[in-house]
Amino acid sequence: MLWCDKAVFRQGGYTLLADVQIEAGKVTAVIGPSGAGKSTLLGGIAGFVPQTGGRLLWDGVPIDGVAPDKRPVSMLFQDNNLFPHLSVVQNVALALGPKLRPSSEVREQVEVMLGRVGLGGMADRKPAALSGGQQSRAALARALLQDRPLMLMDEPFSALGPGLKAEMLDLSVALALGAGRTVVMVTHDPSDAARVADAIVGVEAGTAWAPIDAPTFLSDPPDAFKDYLG
Amino acid sequence: MAQRVVAIIAALIVAGLVIGPVTAVLWRGGGFTALSAADLAALRFTVWQAFWSASVSVVLAVPVARALARRAFWGRGALISVMGAPFILPVIVAILGLLAVFGGNGFVNVVLDPLGVPKLDIYGAHGVILAHVFFNLPLAVRMILQGWLAIPAERFRVAATLGAPVFSVLEWPMLRRVMPSAFAVIFVICLGSFAVALTLGGGPRTTTVELAIYQAFKFDFDLSKAASLAVVQLALGLSAGLVALLLARGDLLGAGFDRVVARWDGSRVLDGLWIGLAAVFLLAPLAAIFLAGVVGLGELPSSVWGASARSVGIALGAVVLTMALALPLATKAGEAASLLGISVSGLVLGTGIFLIVQPYVRPSEVALPVTMLVNVLMALPFVLRILRPGVESARADFGRLGQSLGLRGWTLWRIVYLPRLRRQMGFAAGLTGALAMGDLGVITLFSRPGQGTLPLLMYDLMGRYQMGAAYGAALVLVALSMGIFWAFDRGGRANAVV
Amino acid sequence: MKQTLLTVAGLFCASAVAAQVEVLTVYAPDYFGSEWGPGPSIETAFEAQCGCDLQYQTGDLLPRLLLEGERTEADVAIGFNSDITKRARESGLFAPHGLDLSPLTLPIEWDDDTFLPFNYGHTAFIYDNTKLDGFDSFEALLNAPDDVRVVIQDPRSSISGLALVLWVNAVYGDEAEAAWARLAPKIVTVTQGWSESYGLFTDGEADVVLSYTTSPAYHIIAEEDLTKSAAIFEEGHYFMVELAAKLAGTDNPELADQFMAFILTEEFQTMIPTTNWSFPAALSEDKWPEGFQSLPMPETVLFYDENEAAALRDEAIEAWRSALSQ
Repeated sequence: MLWCDKAVFRQGGYTLLADVQIEAGKVTAVIGPSGAGKSTLLGGIAGFVPQTGGRLLWDGVPIDGVAPDKRPVSMLFQDNNLFPHLSVVQNVALALGPKLRPSSEVREQVEVMLGRVGLGGMADRKPAALSGGQQSRAALARALLQDRPLMLMDEPFSALGPGLKAEMLDLSVALALGAGRTVVMVTHDPSDAARVADAIVGVEAGTAWAPIDAPTFLSDPPDAFKDYLG
Repeated sequence: MAQRVVAIIAALIVAGLVIGPVTAVLWRGGGFTALSAADLAALRFTVWQAFWSASVSVVLAVPVARALARRAFWGRGALISVMGAPFILPVIVAILGLLAVFGGNGFVNVVLDPLGVPKLDIYGAHGVILAHVFFNLPLAVRMILQGWLAIPAERFRVAATLGAPVFSVLEWPMLRRVMPSAFAVIFVICLGSFAVALTLGGGPRTTTVELAIYQAFKFDFDLSKAASLAVVQLALGLSAGLVALLLARGDLLGAGFDRVVARWDGSRVLDGLWIGLAAVFLLAPLAAIFLAGVVGLGELPSSVWGASARSVGIALGAVVLTMALALPLATKAGEAASLLGISVSGLVLGTGIFLIVQPYVRPSEVALPVTMLVNVLMALPFVLRILRPGVESARADFGRLGQSLGLRGWTLWRIVYLPRLRRQMGFAAGLTGALAMGDLGVITLFSRPGQGTLPLLMYDLMGRYQMGAAYGAALVLVALSMGIFWAFDRGGRANAVV
Repeated sequence: MKQTLLTVAGLFCASAVAAQVEVLTVYAPDYFGSEWGPGPSIETAFEAQCGCDLQYQTGDLLPRLLLEGERTEADVAIGFNSDITKRARESGLFAPHGLDLSPLTLPIEWDDDTFLPFNYGHTAFIYDNTKLDGFDSFEALLNAPDDVRVVIQDPRSSISGLALVLWVNAVYGDEAEAAWARLAPKIVTVTQGWSESYGLFTDGEADVVLSYTTSPAYHIIAEEDLTKSAAIFEEGHYFMVELAAKLAGTDNPELADQFMAFILTEEFQTMIPTTNWSFPAALSEDKWPEGFQSLPMPETVLFYDENEAAALRDEAIEAWRSALSQ
């Protein structure tokens, strides 16, 4: 379980208060109006946004103050998920260590993962030679290969068409849950939440609400989110 | 964070290397001296000409850089490289070249005179500004061009499909960020101007602070006055630099994948005109020097080989040191600290180092390393100006990704930043090398016969009535400097966006 | 292998011998170290005579000595100009040379016991005799039409420029500023040093350049070019002399004395004209090279000793500056 115990995250002039418990092994979507602080929440959990109050615990172990790469977290950003000057295999291999020339074992692991995300045979291409959807798959492969229990996704598929986006959501959730991960996903499209989320954390006006079961949230949203969901 | 510690150490080194020697001179001179009326007049003129030189350079650079950014033509790469030549020429060579074109007996007047056009008189404050623009326009063009090339290709496409005004949406934000810092660097360079202001200024009305320092030191041996003036000069340069750094706001532009794209706006004819004019203005004096130099090649003494080898050695050493210092300093604070290096009078710096070194070791033994060190200080602000936008963009775009993957320190630089900085680093390294080649530096206090560099050899020849051979040496110098510049610059541009 | 051993042994012996040779450190200006300057031939000649090793340290002469103070390694310093020796003397770093000055052939009286002349010249305006007819007096130059283009050096950064303002002062006295005002319209520009001025002159940017009476000698002897002449003024020319001195703190006083004495010898003096393009201080005219013997010489020589020069310097420069700033 991920427990934000009255955690306060501050970025620039913006403050977010999160007092939520997120269940392990499930998919939790984070939704809310833009500017409300969804990305701040994810950034805080990942360790990019400074935490100025409260505690952050995973499985009972505090992780606040820990460097981003030392937290039990892997992250998919909204863009710039791949280094443009490195090939796909180099990009994905970085999940397993800071080497630009992956050993043959690492390369094998990478190729297996690429196969699972549907990018078999693209190992040596550069990102510029891939389509948007393929780039997302490569990024997903890397996040999965990092083998962290908590996977954060900050709208990584928002640039794709609806069909492709749905496909990627299904794929990532399937692979993640299949490996026993917990997924926390920021989305601005409630239909994404409807599709894959088990629970929804609403973020509004600098506060993150406790998770509510997804179908319930969407069919009968709390007052604060009625306008947003329409 | 280890990165911050390294950055602080680097900044302290730079500050120490400047403040230490200035303090040594002050201490030896017995403190500050009040400035006379003549000194203040010199100060006023110095600031005035530096301001206008920098303004004109930067403003003229914008259309030229834009034209170069969006037109591809055969020889474009070579033209961009060669256009950088004036910046790296020894001052006297450039002056003679300019006079060969614009002088009383120069090409322009020789052509215009029979047509009845009034004679172009280059001597005066305007001549000083013209010469400064000649020196600094290439640098301004390159810096602003880098800015243009950093705008992601995708955004031009967006603007094109929308018919959006490219200037206000894309270019002005970039310019607002790049122009003030280019201005600051050129302003500080012009603050230290000496030979140009004197030779082309026409007389004592165009006296600069550097001349006052020169006189105080070499003729009056008034160290206190020299140091006092140097401190004022330092303060000026630093203030200007800081103001410009603060002005350089604006959103950092995101990264695009490294594709080349054409643009669909702008007039081809106008662009061609700008490029043509800039090329002629910059290349004509160079051509004059080239022609005079070719004639003088035959008169070159054999010592030119040794001098060339020494100059190249210093230049390459300076490149390595500068790049090593620059990477940790690629932050706003670092760039501010580096401005100390070019705000300080070379003469005072050299004297200060001499004072510090002399009790322990014979100065002529350390001539070459000291020259290299001073070159590093002088080149650092340019290198940082060139590298910083790239580093900041890379950091903004990929910093988090790198962090989340556990890449830090040298690994982070190696994997994430350096590959994205190839083009800028190539340019910066080339510039440093070329500048070091042409620098007379502090060698006069430290030199030993037979250990001279190529610029010293050139001055030597000039002082012995051997003008022809001096031009020949100048040609060798320019050729080697351009060679070094081109090698690094090309190396950086290979596999990067041109 | 045997060859190598012999070579190595030879090197060892040589360095052992070299270790015993005395070193005379001579501080000199930059031009001395140039391979076309007087330095190399003087070095060879003296080393043959003394069996020692003469080493030059070149650069800014006086500033460097003043910076180093008593810690200086110099035994002898050569290349001072008389207009700035006052400062040098005040430093107390130099010792009397104790030499007999009768061999001197200077056009003025010289009895300084510390600073020894080794060459001299006069300031003069050089012109292209194919374009101009020349000037036989300062007045003639000042009266010349304003389209005659003159280039000079800045007295604040150049020793020849300083000599020029002292020259004007010597000829015109209180009227110096008025004289400058008459010359100003003809002045194309003022350069940092002699090299830049002469470069402008040879490139055709100016018709007249402030230089030395000996400049034409270079063109005549080295280039067989007769087009450059010096304008000899009836008011007289300013005399510039270059000097050498022994350092009081030298650790090699006998060698230093030997060098100082060497300066006055014929061997040294005959090297001066064609390596330094100036007149030897202690050599009779009949022993000068042909090109020098036939050079037009000024009849009147104007000179300020170091005290007068120091006293008049600021006002002479100020007269120049204010006249040219109009």
